[in-house]
Order: sequence, then structure tokens, then C-alpha cells
Amino acid sequence: MFIPLLILRNAFRHKLRTILTVVGIVVAITAFGLLRTIVDAWYAGANASSSARLITRSSVSLVFPLPLTYAQKIRQIEGVQAVSWMNWFGGVYISERNFFPQFAIDAQSYLDMYPEFILSPEERKAFLADRSGAIVGRKLAETYGWKVGDQIPLRGTIFPGTWNFNLRGIYDGADKGTDQSTMFFHFGLLNETVKKLYPRRGDSAGLFVVRLRDPGQAAEVSAAIDATFKNSLAETLSETEKAFQLSFVAMTEAILLAIQAVSYLVIVIIMAVMANTMAMTARERSAEYATLKALGFSNAFVASLIFAESIGIAVLGGVIGIALTFPLAHAFADRMGSLFPIFFVGEETLALQAGAALLVGVVAAAAPAWHTARVRIVDGLRAVG
Amino acid sequence: MTSSDAVTSTSSAAPAVGGRGEPLVSVRNLAKYYVRGGQVIPVLVDIDLDVYPGDYVALMGPSGSGKSTLLNLIAGIDKPSSGEIRVAGVDIAGLSEGDLAAWRAANVGFIFQFYNLMPVLSAFRNVELPLLLTGLSRGERHERVETVLALVGLTDRSDHFPNELSGGQQQRVAIARALITDPTIIVADEPTGDLDRTTAQEILGLLDRLNRDIGKTIIMVTHDPKSAEKAHRLIHLEKGVLAD
Repeated sequence: MFIPLLILRNAFRHKLRTILTVVGIVVAITAFGLLRTIVDAWYAGANASSSARLITRSSVSLVFPLPLTYAQKIRQIEGVQAVSWMNWFGGVYISERNFFPQFAIDAQSYLDMYPEFILSPEERKAFLADRSGAIVGRKLAETYGWKVGDQIPLRGTIFPGTWNFNLRGIYDGADKGTDQSTMFFHFGLLNETVKKLYPRRGDSAGLFVVRLRDPGQAAEVSAAIDATFKNSLAETLSETEKAFQLSFVAMTEAILLAIQAVSYLVIVIIMAVMANTMAMTARERSAEYATLKALGFSNAFVASLIFAESIGIAVLGGVIGIALTFPLAHAFADRMGSLFPIFFVGEETLALQAGAALLVGVVAAAAPAWHTARVRIVDGLRAVG
Repeated sequence: MTSSDAVTSTSSAAPAVGGRGEPLVSVRNLAKYYVRGGQVIPVLVDIDLDVYPGDYVALMGPSGSGKSTLLNLIAGIDKPSSGEIRVAGVDIAGLSEGDLAAWRAANVGFIFQFYNLMPVLSAFRNVELPLLLTGLSRGERHERVETVLALVGLTDRSDHFPNELSGGQQQRVAIARALITDPTIIVADEPTGDLDRTTAQEILGLLDRLNRDIGKTIIMVTHDPKSAEKAHRLIHLEKGVLAD
């Protein structure tokens, strides 16, 4: 315990300096973790997508619907196992501030295609049986305090009018990467209502979801679907679900790059601050390190003392920073509402945070350790701390 | 076991105060120079010197005469430009840096003008520090430290940190640290330079006892004639050359 004690006491010799350094590392590691989590949240949809599913939409724009009759044609294409369809609803719950995604879905086929949305058999049955029924994710239900049996009124924006839904089920995600902030209701209800009000807008879907027999055939099946509808009035664009999700991320790529750059910049800044601290520390102790060398301790031993102290401080700051990331991310997610439906500190982020803290410790100690190991004993003994 | 017994029991140098025979330290044709701005600055020139087991030698001379450089070379913390330094038969000038460090740990006890204690360690742990380089168990180390602290009269101060000790007490801790590994030679660079006259006399008395009672070979640099009086041999250096 002698050497660890020496390192520990050295580390806290200048308490204020060490505490400020640790605080700096805590802030940097926490900020790094939070920014990484935000970036991860951006990619969450893409990461949660299945490689066995394709999305087929209008080749012109997502806002143009496709005829519902396409479903039958797509189903007949080689390599297609199942087809479902959905429409973005865009309703408002009480006020515009309460944003959450709502989709009209072909319930039976959609739920079969997305086994990651887990409903109890009773709730599934109740939802399928009620044309005005809806299901919501657990997180969304908790946000608004909904329970099964509640009525959820939505004010339509794309599809005007007041829409009342009966909450028939609350689904859970198969894993924490599954979106639990979405509301689903029956496409049939939407289609019938739209046909009554705007006959020309009926029998059309925003997009089709296609399940492949073999995920390895995604490119061939996509091409086959698009070829089927080539030169029609509504040409299609088919792509994997991941590519579809990433196309949304690409719209904000510049912001993401900026966030990522800032997250790494924070680490570089604290690395420079820490390196300065360690250089100052080693310079002040030149005579002590020279004394250790005179007593017979090796250059490597003296260098290892500096590395151990630096890594110790960095790891302490890193551990506190990592621990603080969780409540901070939670508070951030609460504040953001449903903007980030999937928001959690991932294992990769934790590993990166730990790695960054370790890197800060090692890099900060490198120059002073190298210099201290190389300095001649007689020169070190002459140094005034 | 008395304090003296504990230290002398493993002594590698035969205690023969002022005795002759094979020199413990043998310096031949030693030179040290620095190159500054392309100019060669000689610090030590053609030094021949023998120090015998049990000697108490005072190196004297004005500032810049090279006395500390000579001490550093004998102690193995500096390398000569040319010449030979043999200590207990080992040519230390030819040792690699790693071997030299191990040699210092086993053979040299250092006493510095400003004590050079680790401020974050207690007196006890400061004295124990050099023993970490030995294979001694914790219990053996502690036994030795207690013995040596008793020898320098600091048993009751073992838990104190350097900043809680007076200058004289700190120097006694440093002397205990120098003694703890039972080194072949003790080198002291201006050991009383930072002390008042009374405390200086106490330290010099302690060094004298170590030499007389335990037979420690001591090489001390000083510019103070009063301090040098305690030594058995005075060696004067003038501009890098032995004056006598």
C-alpha cells in the first residue's frame, strides 16, 4: 500500500487544483456522454430497423400517397413475404406542444410485421376488434397518464376534424431500442372517413412496408418493386427500412457532425487542461523525483508515478462524469418530450466515455513523465519547486 | 539488539576508522567538463583520490570549485567525461543507467542540504522509502525503520510529516533514510548548510557518531570550516583541481 498511498497523497497535495481538474474532467466526460447520446438518439430509428423489411414510397416525395392497390401487386413479387401499409396522421393532442407520432396502420398485417411491439393477447384482440381503437407505447402512455379504456381525442391537421380513439392497448418494446412513443390506430377508420370527406384522397397509403423472405435479396426485390410501377402515375422508390430511416437523419447531418465535433473538442480541451496541470505538478516536484532516482528508483518507476497520478485523477473524473450522465440524460429526455422517442445512454457511449477519461489521463502524463524520466538527477536536484 | 548493532550487522564495508588498506573509493584521472555554446568548460581536471573504509572526508572549496560535482560522480548520480571511479571494486562509470540505479540503492546513502524528504510521507515512511527496493518484508522494513529512527533520536516523531518537523529534525530523518539500507558510503552535500549553528553542531555530532561508532564511510561537501573540523581528512578543490 506504500506506493498507492504515495500516489494518492501526491494527487491531493494541492486539493483545490486537483478538485478543479476533476470537476473539469467530470464536465467534459458528462458533456461528451450527453452529446454522444443525442447523436445515438438521432440514429435510434435506423439502428432499430430490420434488415428484413423494405419501405416503398412515392418516388417523387413522401407527401404523395400511393394507391392501395399496389399492396396486392407488391405481394406477388418474387421474394416478398408480406405487405402492410400505413399513413402519417399528424394530429394534435390538446395543444401543439404535445407532439408525438401517430400512424394509421393496417393493424393485423402491421403488428405481424413488427413483432418488436409487444401487446398482450387480450389487448391485441381488443384493438383489432374496435375500429376506433388505438394502441400507444408505454413511454407515451406514461407521459400523458393514459390507461387502457381512456379516450384520446386528436385534432386532425392533415385530415381535419376531431378524432376520438379508444385506447385498447399499451405496447412494450422488445428491447430498449424500440420506439415506445408512437400511437397506432386503424387505417380502415382513416380511409373510410377520408373517402366520405374527400373521395379523391381515399384508398391510398403513405407508404408500404414489405417483409422479405430473404434479407439478402433486399436490392433485387427493391428493384423489382420499383420496376413494376415504372412509368405509372405513381412511381415508387423502395429501399431498406434502415436506408429509409437514415434518409431522415441525412437531412440533419450537418447538425449531427457539429454535435460530434463539439463532443470530441470537449475532450481535447480537457486533455490540454489536464496536461498543463500534470506538467505543472511534475515541474514542482522535479527535486523529489530526482531524489527518488538518486535513492535508486528507476526512471520507469518515476514515470509510472506520474502516469498513475494522472490516470487516477482522470479516472475519478471519468467515473463521476459517467455516473452523472444518466440523470442528466434522463432530465434532458424529459425536457425534450417526444422529440427523441428513444433516448438512453448506450453501452458504446459508456465505453467511449471510459476510454476518453483514460486517454486524457495517459496523454496528459506522457510529456511530463517522459521529461522527468529523462532529466539528469543533478539537474533535477537543483530545480526549485 | 541495539540501534548500532542493527545497522552494522549487515555492513558491507569493514569499519576501520581512518584505517588503510584497499581504498573503498578509488578515483583515477577523473575529468568532468560541460559544453556550453560550443565552449568546453572544465569542472574537474585529472582528479586522483582514494577514500578508505571508515574514512570521514570533507571536500572543501569555494563555490564553483567542483566539490559537489566530485561528490555526485562518486555517488553515481552524474557521469564523468573521462577517468575511472571504483567504489568497493565496482567501476561505476561503466555501469548502465539501470545498473547504476540499483548500485546506488545498495551502496549510497544520500544526505542533502535541503533534506529532500517527500512532503506527503511521514518521517517513518520517508525512512522506509529506500527499503522498497530491497526484498525485505513489511515487518522487517518496519523493524529496521524503528531501529534507525531510534538511532537518530526521532522515535517520537515518526508519524510527523516533514512540515511538522524542524530543520534539524528533518535532516535527522534524512540521515536515517541514508542509513536505512546500510550503504557502503554516505555522501552529504552541505548537510548543515540550511541549519543554524546549534542544530548544525547536533547534525555534525550525529554524523561523527555514525562514523566513529558504526564505522560508516562519509564523504561530505562543505564550505564551512567549522563543519569540516569534524572530518578526519580535508580535501581542498580549487577550480576543479585537488589543492592538496
